[in-house]
Amino acid sequence: MNWSEPFSHPFMVEAFWLGALVSVTCAVFSCFLVLKGWSLMGDAISHAALPGIVIAHLLGMPLALGALAAALACSSLSQWITRSSSTKEDTAMGIAFSALFALGLVLYSRSDSELHLSHILFGNILGIEASARGQTIVASCLSLLVVLGRRRDLTLFCFDPIGAQAIGLNCRLLNLLLLATLGALSVAAMQAVGILLVVAMLITPGCTALLLCKNMGSALVVAAASAAIASTLGIYLSFFIDAATGPCMVLAQGLCFVLALLLRRLRLP
Amino acid sequence: MPSTPTSIEVSHLSVTYPNGHLALDDASFRLQGGCIAALVGINGSGKSTLLKALMGFVRPSRGSIRINDEDIASARAHSRVAYVPQNEEVDWSFPVNVRSVVMMGRYGHMNLLRIASREDQRIVTQCLEKVGLLDLQHRQIGELSGGQKKRVFLARALAQQAPIILLDEPFTGVDVTSEEAIITLLRQLRSEGALVLVSTHNLGSVPEFCDQVVLIRRSVLAAGPLEEVFTESNLKCAFGGVLRQFHFESSTIEDHDGKTVKLLTDDERPLVFGRGGHLEYRDRQGREQLVQKREEEAGS
Repeated sequence: MNWSEPFSHPFMVEAFWLGALVSVTCAVFSCFLVLKGWSLMGDAISHAALPGIVIAHLLGMPLALGALAAALACSSLSQWITRSSSTKEDTAMGIAFSALFALGLVLYSRSDSELHLSHILFGNILGIEASARGQTIVASCLSLLVVLGRRRDLTLFCFDPIGAQAIGLNCRLLNLLLLATLGALSVAAMQAVGILLVVAMLITPGCTALLLCKNMGSALVVAAASAAIASTLGIYLSFFIDAATGPCMVLAQGLCFVLALLLRRLRLP
Repeated sequence: MPSTPTSIEVSHLSVTYPNGHLALDDASFRLQGGCIAALVGINGSGKSTLLKALMGFVRPSRGSIRINDEDIASARAHSRVAYVPQNEEVDWSFPVNVRSVVMMGRYGHMNLLRIASREDQRIVTQCLEKVGLLDLQHRQIGELSGGQKKRVFLARALAQQAPIILLDEPFTGVDVTSEEAIITLLRQLRSEGALVLVSTHNLGSVPEFCDQVVLIRRSVLAAGPLEEVFTESNLKCAFGGVLRQFHFESSTIEDHDGKTVKLLTDDERPLVFGRGGHLEYRDRQGREQLVQKREEEAGS
């Protein structure tokens, strides 16, 4: 077996750097998502994005825009359910996102599109099309820039929303920023690991880093590093064991999390 | 410090929550800079709602609030008001250290990327020094005691350099050392011309450091100087039946114990009225005249 073989195929090289870009972006964002207590929201939005993606594809629009609209629709729908009944927030969100996901599946089955359902559900990083690649790169880079640029405001917003308001930050805007980034990254991560596993990319690295770090700066670095390593390792191994790439990446992230957990147990008596 | 005189003016303020609950009804009062005012009332009397209305977190259904003769939005845009929230609303395991939290108070003065200038660093160091937490500045916030946590948020409010500071129940869950430190600091702010408004249901601490009182029970029952407003009858009115009382009858104090009586509580300060409804102060600094007057009265 030739250990360097994966690096000799152009489609593998592309998968390596694209996977790393998407993973690192999601990892940076995941720190905020986890701290805000929005893990379930990440799961919800990534599923609810499906109808938006199908409609955007039918209209020939960038998929990220469709996902963005669906993300906003999902959060307003669950907020409306919570407000207009005594339904608890997580229940309302569960109802809203599963209904939207189902709507996406119905729309897909009724449309004659060349969009492959298996690619949406499980990702297709090894055979990604040029247009999808372009969208993924743009969505990732923009999200990374915005989240890193506004990281101090986002930190304060996640830490103490009331204090943030008192200090004069526009919390409604920050809330919207988190939602929009979540929508955009759902599409980017969907191309890599598929819609069913997006939530892992959006939660695990942040959680891994927060096990080990006591300040935000180091948490962001550790999250990004662990995600880059996991993505590369997952894609590399999937080549040799001839398995689906996306799930391998997510498994590698899970492994990083377990390692962090053990490390923490060792450090703390 | 501000060019316009520091003031809060609340007139005919009513706040109704979306569920129809009327939390404040036709409340009016006015406070001016260079004072520490206590906002006193039982739990659920509207103290927190009033503070939230002053911060612009809840919208009044009627009436108006003017801060330094500006509306709330403009006052907030100009960092006129700082707010020290109650502790419960924060995730203490959050990966931030003490210094970073205090630095957050400077965000309103920074550019969009929130990069701290040397001046910001200097102010943060100074504020940490004032609350006595400079030695602990690199601790994760969850590693502090309840009183120290409160002081971190006070330092953050100080770092905003606002002429008006609102504190929501600053002494709940706070150790005696921290309470003393906070009170000393508030007095210092008052002497610098700031307007400090403290909500509390701990009656005993009020005469120790406040000079103005706003008594609240859905509406403002009375507002003004401590000596005029903080009377037994007003407090009975504000607290209704929930006020616990203990009368030292004349037999025990006057005759048997030679006018000496000791009162112990765990952490809440007791509120003691003397003969004829005089407030009794533990801290006599700045009240020497008053003490002398009482002694003359006692002698006569």
